[in-house]
Amino acid sequence: MNETLVFAVISLSAIGVISAVILYFVAQKFKVIEDPRIDLVSEKLPGANCGGCGLAGCRAFAEQLVKSSDLSELNCPVGGSEVMKEVAAILGLEVEEKEPLIAVVRCNGSRINAPQKMIYDGAESCAFAHALGTGESGCPTGCLGLGDCVVSCNFDAIYISPETGLPVVSDENCVACGACVKACPRNIIELRKKGKKDRRIFVSCVNTEKGGPARKNCQVACIGCGKCVKECPFDAITLVNNLAYIDYDKCRLCRKCAPVCPTGAILEINFPLKKEKPVDPGAAVENPAVV
Amino acid sequence: MNLIRNRNIVRTFKIGGVHPPEMKLSADRKIELLSLPAKVIIPLSQSLGAPSKAAIQKGDLVRVGQLIAKGEAFISSNVHSSVSGKVTRIDEVIDSSGYRRPAVLIDVEGDEWEESIDRSPDLKNEITASSEEIIRKIYEMGVVGLGGATFPSHVKLRLPEGKKAEYLLINGVECEPYLTADHRVMLEQGREVLTGIRLLMRALKVEKAFIGIENNKPDAIEHLRQLCSSFPEIEVIPLKVKYPQGGEKQLIRAVTGRETPSGKLPLEVGCVVQNVGTALAVYEAVQKNKPLIDRVVTVTGKNLERPSNLRVRIGTPVSNLIEYAGGLPEDTGKVISGGPMMGKALNSLDVPIVKGTSGVLLMPGAESKRMAPLNCIRCGRCVTVCPMGLEPILLAQLSENFLFEKAEKERIMDCIECGSCQYTCPAGRPLLDYIRLGKNKTGIMIRNRGKK
Repeated sequence: MNETLVFAVISLSAIGVISAVILYFVAQKFKVIEDPRIDLVSEKLPGANCGGCGLAGCRAFAEQLVKSSDLSELNCPVGGSEVMKEVAAILGLEVEEKEPLIAVVRCNGSRINAPQKMIYDGAESCAFAHALGTGESGCPTGCLGLGDCVVSCNFDAIYISPETGLPVVSDENCVACGACVKACPRNIIELRKKGKKDRRIFVSCVNTEKGGPARKNCQVACIGCGKCVKECPFDAITLVNNLAYIDYDKCRLCRKCAPVCPTGAILEINFPLKKEKPVDPGAAVENPAVV
Repeated sequence: MNLIRNRNIVRTFKIGGVHPPEMKLSADRKIELLSLPAKVIIPLSQSLGAPSKAAIQKGDLVRVGQLIAKGEAFISSNVHSSVSGKVTRIDEVIDSSGYRRPAVLIDVEGDEWEESIDRSPDLKNEITASSEEIIRKIYEMGVVGLGGATFPSHVKLRLPEGKKAEYLLINGVECEPYLTADHRVMLEQGREVLTGIRLLMRALKVEKAFIGIENNKPDAIEHLRQLCSSFPEIEVIPLKVKYPQGGEKQLIRAVTGRETPSGKLPLEVGCVVQNVGTALAVYEAVQKNKPLIDRVVTVTGKNLERPSNLRVRIGTPVSNLIEYAGGLPEDTGKVISGGPMMGKALNSLDVPIVKGTSGVLLMPGAESKRMAPLNCIRCGRCVTVCPMGLEPILLAQLSENFLFEKAEKERIMDCIECGSCQYTCPAGRPLLDYIRLGKNKTGIMIRNRGKK
């Protein structure tokens, strides 16, 4: 009885020792040497796995960060410059301060501005409605309001306003990952600079039709008249294909363009209301035609 | 030969299919000639494939049958002027989807035809042209498939090296409810159609042709059988009424019993399918030298005063046809270009009739609304009726969730978009909408893959 026990213990221990030796050598042979900094970096990243950096998830981004010697092309839009600074400190690299971006919906074709002409009762998908036709207002480039951008957002930062039928981006929640930009079949959403105190000026239209046809479907369409281009003192506005575009790198938010737009296609966001000018009694005399 | 099976059994395709109400309101109305419109809009791209290039300029005077756009790519077709008059603009004009596409606008002045066109009503039945000449003529005259898909006919007739066609199938099924244009063409212009079929047979070098006609058109079957008595190589096959029998692969299965493999063309099983209307256009192109400048269109609807079959010049606005048929009824909810199953609702009544317009259907308001979609109860009806043996509910869900690679494996590209699944769904789910979206995206994915 006792003998059997001793024999079992010895033989099992022998097997254990032999296996341990084999395992040790195998582990040495097939050792994966991983840069310990990858773990450190990925700890700092937000872990949202949104793909906003252009790579498949935060771990992949961390590997890319550790590999590269220059961080100017890499940016985590979710973490912003704070996270990038921490990462740069770990890697011993320099990182430029990047201005935060935000998704901007460049369409103001609400139910009032672009009245409904047709009824669409097909699948609730912008991509399908876009492939089928122009949508309910008849504008070939306007927002369809079926919410592909809402579905794509991982951060609860965009919703369709029940009053206007247009998407609204939340200033706090949006991390500029760009998922909605890709989801929109009409390229209406753009990532623009968030701006100081969230103040932004942009052309809220992507219609490239000529003035007449564009206005037929929507009161606030850009008609490509070029008035804003002439007004801008910083050459920030360009006019291509009957559509004005404000370059956010050049724009200094002087607000000169918005009042001259005849259709009100240029939107100013989060600015304080302009002070009403005191009524000049001489003004009426200057223009006697106005009675 | 498996073709000559039991003659008493009426043939049809094997799997799936639905039976929508036939509603052939205009079946006994003769084809009438619609008077010339004041102006026409002729889209430059009127067939599948690459858009054609404009061959005229603003201000030019054109005659009926003059070439106005040339199809230069392999899959593309010529477009001819359907009226005589002055070209006012070459511009982007709203088409049936609401998007702007290049088109030629012509103000009609008189009705002067090109002299080369034989306008006499005499039949020209003797065939002198060779195979190559017929195909060249079909290309020059801009003939495309008039069943609806507008695939350029000459491309279908040019067989690739090493392939040989065995049968020519003529599609006189017209399985879409409401539409009667092909039916009337068979009844009134049967002789021309037969000559067109013989021309197509010579072009393809085939010995045998079948005309497939559904049983709900006994007069057309009888009429063509009589005409065929002098041509033993052409046989009329009556088919059981079932939608979508007019689909290429369904027709081949019904008539010959052959199954076209997934992702392959009908030529794989030795068949080429052409529509009855196309056969007539081929006759006119080759024997009469007349380009495809008009077609028979059914104007129909439950509340329409005079549902009619009209011979219409290409480019005529849809509103002209409706006016002729008694004006727009007040409770119209939808105006559809094509049939109720596969047609597309129009954005505006100013859009022109094009080569692919087989009908204009006016749906009353109440019928034109879809029901609000309910939850899928997994009844499997869509799977039962799918004529391609697919699982529509699975494909729709995969497309809805952007799982296109899985959808490709489930053979989404085989879908013929007949709409049987959506028609039969008791929960009113937009199955076909999502499948169409998925098909589109999967197609793009496959094409991009080839580039890498």
